[in-house]
Amino acid sequence: MNRTISNTRTTRRLAGAAAATTITLALAACGGAKVGEPTGGGSAAAGTCGTFNLAVNPWVGYEANAAVIAYVAEKNLGCKVNQKDLKEEIAWQGFGTGEVDAVVENWGHPDLKKKYIEQQKTAVEAGPTGNEGLIGWYVPPWMAEKYPDITDYKNLNKYASMFKTSESGGKGQLLDGDPSFVTNDAALVKNLNLDFKVVYAGSETALITAFRQAEAKKTPVMAYFYEPQWFLAELKLARVNLPPYTTGCDAVPQKVACDYPKLVLDKIVSAKFAAANGPAYQLVKNFTWTNDDQNEVAKAIAVDKVKPADAAKKWVEANQDKVKAWLPKS
Amino acid sequence: MATTTAVAAPPAGLRRHLGKPAQAATILVLWVLAWLLLRGRDTLSLAPADLTPLHRWLNDLNDSVGASRNSNPLFLYFFNEIRAAIDAVVTFVQALISQPSYGRPVPVLGWLGVVAVVAYVSWVFANWRVALLAAGGFVLFGLQGLWVESMDTLALTLAAVVISLLFGIPLGIWAGLSDRFHRLITPVLDFMQTMPTFVYLAPLTLLFLIGPASATIATLIYAMPPAIRITAHGIRSVPESPVEATESLGATRWQTLTRVLLPLSKRTIVLGVNQTIMAALSMATIAALIDAPGLGKTVIKALQTLDVGTAFNAGLAIVVMAIVLDRVTTAAGARVDKAGPPSRLRRPLVALLGVAAAVCCYLSYTYVWAAEFAGGAGLGSALARGADAVTVWAQDDLFTVTESVKNTITVLLLDPLQALLVESPWWLVGAVAVAFAAVLGTVRVAVTTAACVGLLAGTGLWQDSMMTLAMTIVATIMVMALGVVFGVWMGRNRHVDRILRPALDAGQTMPSFVYLVPFLALFSASRFTAIVAAVMFAAPVAIKIIADGVRGVSATTVEAATAAGSNTWQIITKVQLPMTRQSLTLAANQGLIYVLSMVVVGGLVGAGALGYDVVAGFVQGELYGKGLAAGVAIVLLGILLDRIAHAAAQRSATTPRSAKP
Repeated sequence: MNRTISNTRTTRRLAGAAAATTITLALAACGGAKVGEPTGGGSAAAGTCGTFNLAVNPWVGYEANAAVIAYVAEKNLGCKVNQKDLKEEIAWQGFGTGEVDAVVENWGHPDLKKKYIEQQKTAVEAGPTGNEGLIGWYVPPWMAEKYPDITDYKNLNKYASMFKTSESGGKGQLLDGDPSFVTNDAALVKNLNLDFKVVYAGSETALITAFRQAEAKKTPVMAYFYEPQWFLAELKLARVNLPPYTTGCDAVPQKVACDYPKLVLDKIVSAKFAAANGPAYQLVKNFTWTNDDQNEVAKAIAVDKVKPADAAKKWVEANQDKVKAWLPKS
Repeated sequence: MATTTAVAAPPAGLRRHLGKPAQAATILVLWVLAWLLLRGRDTLSLAPADLTPLHRWLNDLNDSVGASRNSNPLFLYFFNEIRAAIDAVVTFVQALISQPSYGRPVPVLGWLGVVAVVAYVSWVFANWRVALLAAGGFVLFGLQGLWVESMDTLALTLAAVVISLLFGIPLGIWAGLSDRFHRLITPVLDFMQTMPTFVYLAPLTLLFLIGPASATIATLIYAMPPAIRITAHGIRSVPESPVEATESLGATRWQTLTRVLLPLSKRTIVLGVNQTIMAALSMATIAALIDAPGLGKTVIKALQTLDVGTAFNAGLAIVVMAIVLDRVTTAAGARVDKAGPPSRLRRPLVALLGVAAAVCCYLSYTYVWAAEFAGGAGLGSALARGADAVTVWAQDDLFTVTESVKNTITVLLLDPLQALLVESPWWLVGAVAVAFAAVLGTVRVAVTTAACVGLLAGTGLWQDSMMTLAMTIVATIMVMALGVVFGVWMGRNRHVDRILRPALDAGQTMPSFVYLVPFLALFSASRFTAIVAAVMFAAPVAIKIIADGVRGVSATTVEAATAAGSNTWQIITKVQLPMTRQSLTLAANQGLIYVLSMVVVGGLVGAGALGYDVVAGFVQGELYGKGLAAGVAIVLLGILLDRIAHAAAQRSATTPRSAKP
C-alpha cells in the first residue's frame, strides 16, 4: 500500500517536472543558430588531390611530421587528409589493403621492408625525411656531471654496482625500452664483458619515467634511448660512447660489439599511391626537414600541449621557404 | 599454484590417511628438496630475441595469409561481407550520436537529445534515481570537454554489445540446454577471454581492415563470452520442478523454453548483458591502437607525452560511463524481478515524458546550442591539473616508502618463488602440477593439467611462463588478502560498502594506461610494478564477491553466535568466513583470471616474460610468432590454474559439513 502511494506521489512530481521542462525547452528553442547555417568560414580550395590516408604512428616526433604534412596537404593542395592512429606493423599492412597511403617517419625496420617492399611489393620507399635517428645508452645529466668518465663504456664496470635494482640479479641494470626498436643490448653486454643485465622495461613510458625519477631523486639509471625525441628538450641526457660503428660490424646479431649506426629516417608509401603520382605523393616525396625543425614542433605538442594541427600551422607559417620546396612543380 | 589453491581450498575431509592440506604440503616439501638437487637443469630458457621453429612457422603462416588477401575467395566473399555488415551497423550508430552525418556538420542527435533519450530510457526501464544519475553522468562528459569522444566510445560499445547479444544470447541458451555444446564451447570461451588482445589485433586488421569493423570485432571477442556464459548459467539454474510440470502438460520444447526457462532466467540474463557492457568498455583503450575513435585515443595520445592529467580526465569519463551503464542495467534487472502493478498515472506519464524527450531530440537536431556542447573543458582541465598534482606529490613524497615495500616483497616472496619455478627442471614442475591436480582435484583434472604442461613446454616459452606464473601467484595472494580484509569490512557494514563501491568500480574500469606512469614512478620498471597494476585491477572483483558472500550469511546464525558470547573477531573467523567458502573460491578464481588478463600490461612496465613477448610480437613483425605462442601460453596457464582451483572447490563443497571444526 505504502509503496503505491509514494509511487503515485513521485510520479506526480515527475509529471510536473516533465511539463515544466518541455515548456522551458520550447521557449528556449525560439533562439539560437540552426545547424547547417553558414557560419562565415570559407571552405578550403578544392583541388585534384582527393583523399590522402596518412598513418600516424604513436610517438610525438612522428606526429610532428604527420601534422605538418597534413596541414600543407590540406591548405596548399586541397587534399582531404585522413589521419589514422596506427602502430607501425598495422600501418604497413594497410599499404596492401589500400587503407594507408604513407608512413612518414620510419626507423629502419628492415624486417618490414623485406616483407612489404621486397616480398609483397605493396610498399615503396619515398626517400629520407632529413631526420637522423640515434640509438644508444643514456644516463641522466646529474650522473654525467658527477661521474664524467661514465660516458665511456670502458668505465661502466667500475660503476656497475650503483645500477643494481630488485630486477637485475646482483648486476648493474641496463633498462631496455620500447620493443618496437631493434636492440643489440643483450649481445653488447655479453661481448663487451660488462657486469650488467638487460631488464626489459617494455615501453617508452617506462623509460621516460625512469629518467625523470632518476634526475629528480639523483638516483642512478642507465637506459636505451634515442633521438630525436621530445623528452631530450626537457632533460639533456648524456650518451654513453660504445666502440665506434663501422660498416658491417653489426652483421651478426649475436656478435655485435659496436655502437648503433646512425639511422636515416625515411618515408614509405604504398605502391599504388606512388604509381598514381598525385600531388599528395609528391608532397610526401619532397618532404624533408632537420632534427631541429622536428624538435620545435614536437616540443610544442608534447611540452606546451599545443594541438598538433596548431603547432604545424605555426611552423609552416614561419618556414614558408622550406614548404615551397615540397610542393609539386606544376 | 600451490599457494593459490591453498588459499582457496578450505580444510576438508580425510582422504586415506592425510588431509588434503597435509598432502599438498608434502608435495611442496618434496619439490623444494628436488629443486635443491636439480637446480638449473632442463629449464628450457630462451633469450628475448631468439625464436623456435614453431615461432617461425607461425610467422610464415601469418605472412602467407596477408599475401593472399586480395586473391583468396574466403576474403572476397566471407570476411569482406562480415566487415561490410559490421561497418554499416557502427557507422549508423556513429551517424546518430557521434559523427557528422548525412551532409550535416554534426550528428543527428546532439547532446541534449542524447541526454534526454538516455534519461528517458533509464526511467522507463529502471527508475527515476538512475535516470538522474545517467543524465548527470552524460552532462559530465560535456563539462569535461569530452562529449564527442565519449559518444564515439558509446557508439562503438553499443554496436559491439548489440552484436554480442544478438549471437551471445542464442548461443548461451543453446549451451544452457545442451551439455554437449556446453562442454564444447567452454574452452572456446576461456580462449576468447584470456587470449591477450594484442595477439589478435594485427591479424584482425588484416582480415577486416583498419576501421570500425576491426575495432568492433576485437571488442566483441572479449565481450561476448560473459553473455554466453551467464545466459547458459541462468538457464541451467532454473529449478527442475516447473520445467517438469510444463513438460508433463505436453508442452513442446519451444514452449518450455519461451514460457518457463526464459522468463525464469530473465534476471540472470540481464546480469549477462551488464557484464558484456563492462567488458566492452574495458576494450576502449586497446581498440584505439587500431584507430578506433573515442576516449581510448585520448588516453593513448596523452600517454605518449606522459600527460597523466589528460589521460585521467578521459579515463574518468570511461569510469563514469561504466558506472552509469552498470547502475541502469542493474536497476533494470532488479525491476524485472519485482514488477508490481503499475500505478494509474504511469502510462500517461510515459507518454508525456516521451514527448518531452522527442522535443529535446528535435531541438538538438535543429539548433546548434543543443547539438554541440559549448563552453566545455573547464572542468576537464581542472580535473587534469588535480590528477597531475596528486601524481607529482605521490612521486616526490611516497617514493622512499614504495621503494622499500617493493624491495621487501620482491626479496621475501617473489624471488624465492620465481627461483623455485624457473630453476626447477620443467618436468619436475610439471610433475608437481599434476600431483597437485590429482590430490586437490580428480584424475580428470590431473589429465587436463598434464596436457597443459605438455603444451606449455611445446610453446617454447617454458621459462617465461614460469616467471609469469610466479608473478601471477604473488598478485593473486595480494588480491585475496585485500579481498578478505575489505570484503569482510564491506560485507559487515553497509556504509563502508556505499563509500567503497564506486572506488572499486573505478579500479575495475579505469584504463590501466592511466595509472602506469605514477606506478612506474613509484616502483620503477619492475616485476612488482606489474603485480601492483594487476592487483589494482583484480582486487575489486574479489572484494565485491567476498562482500556479497559475507552479506549472504544468514543474520540468525550471526545472532546465535553473538548470543553465545563470541566477539567480533570470533564471528568473522569462525562463522562468517567459513560460511562464505564458496565465495572465497570464486573470488580466488576470478581474481586469478583478472590478474592473468593484466600480464600484457605488466610487459609494458618491466615484468618481462610472457607479457613482454606478447608486446614485442605486436610491434615487431619477426617476433609475431613468438608473441602468438606467448598468448597461447597465457591461455594455458589460465586453464591450468582455473581447472585445479575449480576442482578443488567442487570437492570441498561436496565434503560433508560435519568435517568442519
